[in-house]
Amino acid sequence: MNLKSEGSPEKQSTSGFTRRQILKGLASLPVLGLFAQQFLRKMEYDSGRRSQILSELDLNGNARLPATAPISDRLIRLGIIGFGVRGEESARALGFAHPDWLEQGQREAQNNKLDTRLQDWLNQENLQVAITGICEVFEQRRERGLQVAKNKFGPSNTAPSLPVTAYTDYRELLDSKDIDAVIIDTPDHHHAQMTIEAMKAGKHVYCEKCLTRTVDELYQVREAVKTSGLVFQLGHQYHQNSSYAKAREVIEKNILGKITLIEVTTNRNTPDGAWIRHLDAQGNPKPGNAQTIDWDLWLGSRPKVPFSIDRFYNWTKWWDYATGLSGQLLSHEYDAVNQLLGLGIPASVTASGGIYYFKDNREIPDIFHAVFEFPDKNLTLMYSASLANSRPRSRVFMGHDASMELGDDLKVTVDYNSTRFSEKIKSGLIDTSAPLFTYRPGAGGIDAVTTASEKFYASRGLIYTYRDGKRVDTTHLHLREWLEGIRSGGKLSCGIDKAFEVTLACHMATISYLEGRTVKWNEKKQLIV
Amino acid sequence: MTNSNSGSLPPPSYSSLQLWSLVILRIFIGWHFLYEGLVKLFNPYWSSMGYLIESRGLFSSFFISLAASPVVVQVVDFLNIWGLILIGFGLIVGLFTRISSVLGMILLFLYYFSQPPFIGLESALPTEGSYLIINKTLIELAALLVLFAFPNGQYAGLDLFLSRKK
Repeated sequence: MNLKSEGSPEKQSTSGFTRRQILKGLASLPVLGLFAQQFLRKMEYDSGRRSQILSELDLNGNARLPATAPISDRLIRLGIIGFGVRGEESARALGFAHPDWLEQGQREAQNNKLDTRLQDWLNQENLQVAITGICEVFEQRRERGLQVAKNKFGPSNTAPSLPVTAYTDYRELLDSKDIDAVIIDTPDHHHAQMTIEAMKAGKHVYCEKCLTRTVDELYQVREAVKTSGLVFQLGHQYHQNSSYAKAREVIEKNILGKITLIEVTTNRNTPDGAWIRHLDAQGNPKPGNAQTIDWDLWLGSRPKVPFSIDRFYNWTKWWDYATGLSGQLLSHEYDAVNQLLGLGIPASVTASGGIYYFKDNREIPDIFHAVFEFPDKNLTLMYSASLANSRPRSRVFMGHDASMELGDDLKVTVDYNSTRFSEKIKSGLIDTSAPLFTYRPGAGGIDAVTTASEKFYASRGLIYTYRDGKRVDTTHLHLREWLEGIRSGGKLSCGIDKAFEVTLACHMATISYLEGRTVKWNEKKQLIV
Repeated sequence: MTNSNSGSLPPPSYSSLQLWSLVILRIFIGWHFLYEGLVKLFNPYWSSMGYLIESRGLFSSFFISLAASPVVVQVVDFLNIWGLILIGFGLIVGLFTRISSVLGMILLFLYYFSQPPFIGLESALPTEGSYLIINKTLIELAALLVLFAFPNGQYAGLDLFLSRKK
């Protein structure tokens, strides 16, 4: 039978269709029924797998972070000591920016629709602070600091705009009655003395890493902070990433099994990354000379040397002013792991390295390794750093049952030889060649990876951290924590105890490198041996 | 002489094989669309953002600009999911078949030009098979064109009940 025999439609009676036509019309409906049945079965199968995995892990599926209380009203007046690159970044994290930066942000946003850096900053929470003091030995930066402190274009800032005073000598800033707290963004050789004197002057302190240049200074700072009763925070902000909250959960639930090895890294491959920052884009020395920079104040208690633009911008290269990779970058990594695992102080540290690539006048190594042993915790922390390669190596926590990669996002991959998951691996429920689940900030929750496209997404990362759906700068969050600590007390994530641990561990690594030996910590005597 | 066919061509007279091969093609494409749509609907983490950002080629700046605003992405997600579902449903049951075919072609046209398989354009998204200019998206688009050119919903689909309204 074919359609031809039906004749043209007009010849049909108007009362309806033939039975055959009706059947043809409805012919594809059973297909819908089949689709629905198959689809529901697939959903059950997938959700069954997913919930089997997740219930096994007893993980909270959603990504809701502990709610942060709204910022309280009490105004805090801040002094920033040191207004170089980091000083200006700190000011921005507080909500103050230079008109230059705003203009640049606007231009960049116009060129690239996906660049929301400026918008994210404008959405930043108001921290109820005023910058009333800028201390800086370099005239140009001092001027810039004044402009930034006055800037009113930032995120809605209902704090009153107070007069800003510029200082060259930090001791004068500490004498000011118009400053409640200070942020120390100077080169490392000033950190200890400034922190101690600030506390003596009754100012709360937020100090950038590394807390001190030497071990002796560290003991002195700890003493000063503890006896002052004031609020202190060390500038390790990485752990404010929302992926850390998830990582904490993973570790608390022991999903990785016994963790015995953690690998943390630094990879950079640019002159700027290797602390060659005294030249502009054309290769000419940046501004600054003995007339515009108070060199004597800049040197402080360090040996007097003739003015050097190299030393001014690239102070990290010399042991006189800092501790190289150890204090600058290892410190962040150590803190990151310490926050999650409560490592404390290592029993021993062995470090090595050398100047293998940047053969300039530097004293610090550009390839550096440090191995930290924690026999009482049965684990090793290994730090590996290269300033001559930018391969992205992530932070990896290696446990008997699974490994966790922790960056701005988080991936947990089951170990093929896991004991805990062995049945699920054998049954095919868990695929060890792809992450078991990922946590991407901004996603609604954790993704149990079960499909190919999910596996693809699991291998990509994101840049920002998210709090309640907004992209937020981690320095801002870390400063916020400190400010709220000043207002209402409460434990800080990187107060003096944690600061002591991370700084001491870094100094142990530095000493190990310089003396070419394994360095040990004597817990009873509280001394490095 | 009024009839439901557009234009002045006489109604097609298909053999059984012709009609049923059209219907099978229609149901297969409809099933594909419907499944794609429903899977996205039930996946709380799905977003078109990832695909938009990975756009390459001529229209990439347009697609990327869509990804820039979270509100726009939500709208795109909604339209994409429900477009796939409704087009898929319509094609399976043969309801508003010709409109569904055209809308389906438009969707596939957008997908195709978001990641066109041209020389020098490497997409980061995983694909199976090797394609140069002609890929499965384009073939499916051509198949919908055939379905559009050869009306079939009113013979073997719910459109039958619409086309004879008197």
